This record gives sequence, C-alpha cells and structure tokens, in this order.
Amino acid sequence: MSSTEPHRLRHTALDALHRSLGATMTDFAGWDMPLRYGSERDEHIAVRTGAGLFDLSHMGEITVIGPQAVALLNHALVGNIATVGLGRARYTMICRVDGGILDDLIVYRTAENEYLVVANASNAQAVLDALTERAAGFDAEVRDDRDSYALLAVQGPESLAVLKSLTGVDLDGLKYYSALSGTVAGVSALIARTGYTGEDGFELFVAPGDAEKLWQAITEAGAPAGLVPCGLSCRDTLRLEAGMPLYGNELSLALTPFDAGFGRVVKFDKEGDFVGREALLAAAERAAVEPPRVLVGLVAEGRRVPRAGYPVVAGGEVIGEVTSGAPSPTLGKPIAMAYVDAAYAAPGTAGVAVDIRGSHEPYEVVALPFYQRQK
Amino acid sequence: MSNPQQLRYSKEHEWVSPVEDGVATIGITEFAANALGDVVYAQLPDVGSTVAAGETCGELESTKSVSDLYCPVSGEVTEVNEDVVNDPSLVNSAPFEGGWLFKVRLEGEPADLLSADEYAAHTAG
Repeated sequence: MSSTEPHRLRHTALDALHRSLGATMTDFAGWDMPLRYGSERDEHIAVRTGAGLFDLSHMGEITVIGPQAVALLNHALVGNIATVGLGRARYTMICRVDGGILDDLIVYRTAENEYLVVANASNAQAVLDALTERAAGFDAEVRDDRDSYALLAVQGPESLAVLKSLTGVDLDGLKYYSALSGTVAGVSALIARTGYTGEDGFELFVAPGDAEKLWQAITEAGAPAGLVPCGLSCRDTLRLEAGMPLYGNELSLALTPFDAGFGRVVKFDKEGDFVGREALLAAAERAAVEPPRVLVGLVAEGRRVPRAGYPVVAGGEVIGEVTSGAPSPTLGKPIAMAYVDAAYAAPGTAGVAVDIRGSHEPYEVVALPFYQRQK
Repeated sequence: MSNPQQLRYSKEHEWVSPVEDGVATIGITEFAANALGDVVYAQLPDVGSTVAAGETCGELESTKSVSDLYCPVSGEVTEVNEDVVNDPSLVNSAPFEGGWLFKVRLEGEPADLLSADEYAAHTAG
C-alpha cells in the first residue's frame, strides 16, 4: 500500500466520481489515479470484449502553435512531423542530444499550424522544458496545456457504437490515428481514434469542467454494451498484451530508440537537423553491426509471474532482464516483455528461464505482440 | 466489509478459525484480498511442513504485486486448499469461506491475535 502523503498528490476533475465508484486509488507519477474499481481482470476482459472507460487526465498536453510549429517539432522530435496531415496523429519520441529517450509521445495535428503533443505524466515537465528550450529561434509558441484538458478514453470493440449514440460526428470516417473536433454528449471535444489497449477506441480531450458530464453520459450509453469504468491496472495489462512499450519500463534515458527496438520512429531523411541526430546515427550503425539486446515476449509455462527487473537466464548465465510482467487475462498465463541478448531473441529459443525470486521458471520466447485484435 | 466475529486476526491480515480437534484453518482477510487485487497464484506451505508464527510460509501473487504470506500460528500443516491452488480467485470472491488457504495442527495457544473489532480498528487507520 502506498503511504505517500495524499495532500501532495494531484487530482483529476473526476476525482470525486472515482471515489463515489469505490475505486482503489494509487499514486501514479504524482497523480492520485484509479488503479481499479472492482476486479482488474474483469475490467481487462470488458475492454477486450465490450468497452471500458478510462480517466487519463494525468497525461501531459502541450500545444505547439505558430508559423514554424512544424519546423520546431521536426527539430525537437525524432520523427518527421511534416508528413502528418491535418487531423492525423503520429507516434514519435523525443530524445536528448546523446540519443537517450526522454519520452514517447503522440502528436496530433489539430490545425494548419497547430499541434497537440501528449506526453506521459511522469515526463510531461521534462518534455515541456525540452520543447521550450528547443523552440529558441523558431516562430512558434510552446504552451503548457496540462490544466486545460481532462482526457477520457473509451476503448474496446463496442466503443464505436457507444460513442456514435452520443454524437453526430462521422466516427465511421475517423481513421485510426486521426482526430477531429466535435460535440459528444453536448460537450466540446477533440475526438481522437487512438489508444493504448490494442483495441479500437477513442480518446476525448475535453475541458476539465465538462469531464464529469461526459463520463456520466458515456457510462449510461455504454451500459447495455457492457462498458465498465477501468483503472490503470488493466490499462497496463492491456498494453502489455498488445506489446506496447511503457516509458520507465521498456523505454528510458539509458536507451536510444535503436537499442529499444523502435528505430523505425527515427527519420534521418527529414529536412533540417534535429536534437540527437548524430548520436542516433551512431546508434543505428551500432544496432546494424552488433545488435544490442532485443525486446522479446516471454510466455510462462508455469504460473509464477515475472516482474520488472527480474533476470532472464539461460545455461546458468544472465542473458537479459524483464521490463514488464503480469498475468495475462487473455492468454491465461503469465507474460512478460524482456530485453535479451540477440542470440536468444528468436521465437522458440530453448532453455530460457526467468529467475523468479531465486527459482528459475521456464519461459517461451515469442514474437510481440501477445495479442492482436481481429480487424 | 465485515470481519466474522468468530475468527481471530493477525496484524499481517491473516485470519485464524476457532480450533477444532487441535487444528485451525488459516486464510487472508477481505481487507487483504481487496488490497491485493485479483490473486492469480497461491504458493502455500507443503502438507507436513512445520510453520512458525510470524514467519513467511508462502506467497500470494496478484496482477500488480507479490506478497509474502505470514503464518499467524505455529504447528504442522495438515491440509492446503487445493481449490485455491487451482483457482486463486477464490481468495477474492470468498476470503473467509471457500478461499481459506491451509490448516495447521497447533503447537500451543496462538499469541498476539486480534479480535474482529480490534482488527477492524487496525485496518481503519
């Protein structure tokens, strides 16, 4: 149980509502967030089979606006933001000069010269500081909009039908990784078809004062489809099954995107220089010649659950480390993501085990993701 | 939540049943089960092994964490709940009943256990 001083935690606009629902709360990156409302396994399964509603208001929103907004973002981030069309979104990363990953981000192009950058709660201040510093010399403004938005996510195969009943916006025409402005349940929202669960779903950026009204409307509209409120615990197992990295687990300052297996997000061929370019070129070369550890999936043969930091072993040697692990509600077995030496990274590699508090439990190496939805 | 009056409790959130023929049944409380979240794996002491009050004798693993199981009494383990081994979610759904964990033939009278009301006060803080 957390013993953090509660008065120092930040609370979302939905805090009272979470408490009225009997949520178990947890300190997450300085925010008092719902961990689960009832059984986290039931919440997980609801998202896979019906729909779930999440409060993600801890995420950090930063607006970049101005004639040179795109030039600034191309300089500050590793991706090519010039190729992001109006109303589209892009998964990208921000690195330090030495190539270390500062955060992974989603960038939404909300207007011709306006972008919404969404950072992880734990890194929001660092991302804001880096963007502000990197904006020097660019005709663009970096605005801290963390307090301007509450963020609700509706995720799961029924999420489209649930939201369609609350809006006249053409959601069928809204592609994955796209966003548009519209009204949902009478509330003005930026409606994005994005998520972190491996399911179809939507993320709704709204004014904090509208969050409770929208939450209630979605809860009512979704009840017949089996929609339930969902906490961060199932969000973590959902993203793990979907093979999505979590900053602090799979991603860190100590790794470049190439070391982490996400070199594809780095675009060297974009116009102009960008922060980290030189170090990332060297990292890309290193990765091609002498592959670093590789991020793999592990599936348990037994029932004991690997946790972040546990050693991965083979032939009595430590050959890697678990970054995330949990019992998978979908597979019915413990699963993990781990960085292992390249020699052990091929799916089906024999003799791999996880050192679970002293006992070596056999694990099967598999390709990521563990779960992929039927489209 | 309510803690059954006929049980006694440890500060580590185990419960101990009334002794029958020298044997007491051990489980974890509803408070503990709620704090753990969905239990997915229960490692219980071996039948025939000797356990000592206050020492760890197994572990309960949930989605987010693993917790040591402390033995609230001393003695010999006579039985473990195979239903819980096969379906650990019983610990969440019926912590005071079908989710019991193991039985111990007591050596001496258990000490330092709380009444239901004392345990309720302990968990209120």
